[in-house]
Amino acid sequence: MESLKEYLLDRAENGLIPLSIQTWAVQNFGLTFSAVEEAILSLNLLPARYQRNQRSLSCRQQLSLFRGKVAVIGCGGLGGYIVEELARLGVGHITVVDHDTFEEHNLNRQLFSKVDNLGQPKVAVAAGRVKEINPAVTIEAVQNAFTGSNGRGLIEKVDVVADALDSIPRRLELAEVCEKCDIPLVHGSVGGWYGQVATQFPGEYTLQKIYSRCSGEGGIEKDLGNLSFVVPIIASIEVAEIVKILLGEGSTLRGKMLSLNLLDMEFTEITF
Amino acid sequence: MKVTVKLFASLRKDRFAVDDFDYQEGVTVGHILASLNISEEEAAIIFINARHGGPDSPLKEGDLLAIFPPVGGG
Repeated sequence: MESLKEYLLDRAENGLIPLSIQTWAVQNFGLTFSAVEEAILSLNLLPARYQRNQRSLSCRQQLSLFRGKVAVIGCGGLGGYIVEELARLGVGHITVVDHDTFEEHNLNRQLFSKVDNLGQPKVAVAAGRVKEINPAVTIEAVQNAFTGSNGRGLIEKVDVVADALDSIPRRLELAEVCEKCDIPLVHGSVGGWYGQVATQFPGEYTLQKIYSRCSGEGGIEKDLGNLSFVVPIIASIEVAEIVKILLGEGSTLRGKMLSLNLLDMEFTEITF
Repeated sequence: MKVTVKLFASLRKDRFAVDDFDYQEGVTVGHILASLNISEEEAAIIFINARHGGPDSPLKEGDLLAIFPPVGGG
């Protein structure tokens, strides 16, 4: 029987491996989808699902994303879109942490919430969604609240952490754990027509500067709520930051905060 | 002395986006917040001429004061 390598090289069409071939290899070589994906990318071939990534992300970069490990802390509005976009990009390992279940008031903006899954754990729904989208992605669903005490165990093996929390004190705890674990943190938050993104590397304490004078649980969102079109914009900018950190390319919001005002269509960058 | 005050996000509601004000010498950010009826809790991020500041920061002629509210939803 031919080897996996020979099988893949023989069936590549213009450097692409169709899903049907990848699936056949999984079934007939007794491998996981993830293992076959790594084999494809290591041969400088591309699973055909990433064909439209190809001109912006090389095979080598796609392999870097596949080997990337990201923890998404919070699986509500921001977290849902972040998980979706990371899975479609082909980021290989996603840990998603949230203790909550879907409620009716999530339906206005939370991507994974549906009439049919109200009451179900958000992270379990997210994991099911990722498997439907991209079976090569390993998703770890943790139905637990992120805290200063359990945080290290949840994130210490990842390359980047995405902040998708809805509480300022929890965010500060997350920033502290990232600092202790020496892991970059991409922060995003939303409220009403407004949102913000920042990227913090160890030693920079950007989140502490952003929230240093906040003693309450929340911010303007407590009065203004959250709108469907603000959440995916902030989530997408967070994902762009995560991708650049995983690839070590481009310019990030390191040491800065980008503030978005979609009511007046003003984007303002400040440097800490 | 003239200070330019720029408000961000929801702080603009029923106030303004950017405006120039005349203040007495020695005015601090805290005085300006009080005059605009903005609580210190609402002024999460304070920048003076693109430098991070706080309620106690003094201002001088020509300064640009930027104030952002806390945004914490996810």
